[in-house]
Amino acid sequence: MDLLEYQGKQLFAKHGVPVPDGRHAATVDEAVEAAEQLGYPVVIKAQVQIGGRGKAGGIKLASNREEASQHAQAILGMDIRGFTVHEVWVEKASEIDEEYYAAIVFDRAAKKPMAMLSRVGGMDVEAVAEEDPEAMRMVHVDPLIGFQDFHGRRLAFEAGIAADVIRPVGAMLGKLYGVFVAEDATLVEVNPLLITKSREVVALDAKVTVDDNALYRHPDVAELSDLSAEDPQERMAKERGLTYVKLDGNVGILGNGAGLVMSTLDVVAQAGGRPANFLDAGGGSKAEAITSAVEVILSDEKVTAVLFNIFGGITRCDEVARGLIEAFAQIKPSVPFVVRLDGTNDVEGRALLAEAELPNVHAEATMLGAAEKVVELAG
Amino acid sequence: MAILVDTDTRLVVSGITGREGTFHSLRNRDYGTQVVAGVTPGKGGQDVEGIPVFDTFHAAVAETGANTAMIFVPPRFAADSILEAENAGVALIIAITEGIPAHDELRVYNHLRRGSSRLIGPNCPGILSPGKANVGIIPAQFFKEGNVGLVSRSGTLTYQIGNELAQGGFGNSSIVGIGGDPVPGSSFIDILERFEADPETELIVMCGEIGGSAEEEAAEYIAAHVSKPVVAYIAGFTAPPGKTMGHAGAIVSGSQGTAAAKAEALESKGVRVGRNPTQVAEIAVEILGSRV
Repeated sequence: MDLLEYQGKQLFAKHGVPVPDGRHAATVDEAVEAAEQLGYPVVIKAQVQIGGRGKAGGIKLASNREEASQHAQAILGMDIRGFTVHEVWVEKASEIDEEYYAAIVFDRAAKKPMAMLSRVGGMDVEAVAEEDPEAMRMVHVDPLIGFQDFHGRRLAFEAGIAADVIRPVGAMLGKLYGVFVAEDATLVEVNPLLITKSREVVALDAKVTVDDNALYRHPDVAELSDLSAEDPQERMAKERGLTYVKLDGNVGILGNGAGLVMSTLDVVAQAGGRPANFLDAGGGSKAEAITSAVEVILSDEKVTAVLFNIFGGITRCDEVARGLIEAFAQIKPSVPFVVRLDGTNDVEGRALLAEAELPNVHAEATMLGAAEKVVELAG
Repeated sequence: MAILVDTDTRLVVSGITGREGTFHSLRNRDYGTQVVAGVTPGKGGQDVEGIPVFDTFHAAVAETGANTAMIFVPPRFAADSILEAENAGVALIIAITEGIPAHDELRVYNHLRRGSSRLIGPNCPGILSPGKANVGIIPAQFFKEGNVGLVSRSGTLTYQIGNELAQGGFGNSSIVGIGGDPVPGSSFIDILERFEADPETELIVMCGEIGGSAEEEAAEYIAAHVSKPVVAYIAGFTAPPGKTMGHAGAIVSGSQGTAAAKAEALESKGVRVGRNPTQVAEIAVEILGSRV
């Protein structure tokens, strides 16, 4: 789960990471009131899950009430690369002396957390890596020992930051590691890590990703889930406990098991089709789950045909067939379905479907045959 | 021969008294696996269809000589259960549980690699050595004994490929699900090493997917250390970046972890990569057929 900047900063504050004073606002009036409380100058920042907010005009400095109102009006409702701005963060403006980059990431290859620091910050980190790869310093942290002072010192010295902030920046990295562990984060990124004119170290931005599997330990974070920013089908699927990812094609897809569904998308693409979604009905799916999944797939109006690709292990093909029959009774789909049932109870499942004589449902024996058929029907 | 589980396997199941735990433990026993014990704290002294239940792994191991553990408890208890099995001296731990927090997996992984216990999974279907033992949830009816070793990050995709191999007349030495999480206890390399050393295995099928760099690392390893033919498959060519595709570990991050990069890394080391599951089976049959 990706947090918005202000949500990340609130977590930072909770764990003693210095951030500028700020207020959340969802309307122009709230934004102006926040600015008045904080005192000018303030920065008004669009809160969306996408980079490049500054370039898009989503971050503005306001020196008085009039400017605060003007900027809040312009930013709220603005579209930033496909994301509509529903809320802003109003923050006391900082006096910038230097901008660094700091992050704690989850290094899958090393299977350890990795702390990163660069004296070059405030711009796209991939640009930094390209422009000056030597500037980015990294160190792995043993998760059983945790972040030690030496990790921070080593990064700070190697990154070549100003001598007077070596210790405070090292300490800041330790605090960010604390957030990473305490909040079950898989990413904690601060870009820029600010050195103010009075040489204080402050997190001017916050990008935090929290592990979905650990949300049960963080009910406060779980509540932050920004449903309004999500795709309507993805929201519907989440509410029903289905694993669904919206794509941009017209072939609706349902399968069991993440690997098989990914493979099904690929095979449909190879056959010349464009998948509309990823939907894993999961192991041991019962009929109700299948009916519910069909509703989600068909709620996407672009879908012109649907492919069921089931290889039953724990999942029983007769349960899948019952779910599909029930879905037809409830929803009466107008698009063709191609169904491939193989594995546990496949004979029973196919017999049930044949008996039901559902309109416009085509049985196929193989995965490749089914993919070709659905692409042909989808048009 | 087979790898990891066989007729010497003595299995203890953590979570045996839960609904799924009971169901699969009994299925494993029906297949012929020696299921010697279960562990559920507070239920020591009971039994599940004749399988004795203990309060701790330590008691289960002491009483029954269990050498392999299967973890079936819910995610919030799973890391603790794996660590308990390791602490009790269980040599092989197979974690089926899906949804374990990544930080728990990090701690477990980094602790276990300092000792001698091996972890398979989490979030995996387990291991089947056809004709010998089944530990986990792999539907055994689709597989028979043979000379193809299969290692995969995905369950159902493994069944799909295994079934196509069976239709081509080939069986398996062992089928190992290493799981779909970002921090698997065992990597492709760990399993490739064992298949290479297993005299029964003549060909290895490796089934990867988007996310991470395990397939790229395996490609390097194969080039340097594996003499047997390897056929690979990678799922997720059409996956958009930044989206988790069902498995917690199946995510393209920026330009990292794409299916295209993985297929290219494998092919650059001479590993043939099937474009779909059917083609993987065809290539395997072609290689083995030509060697007969």
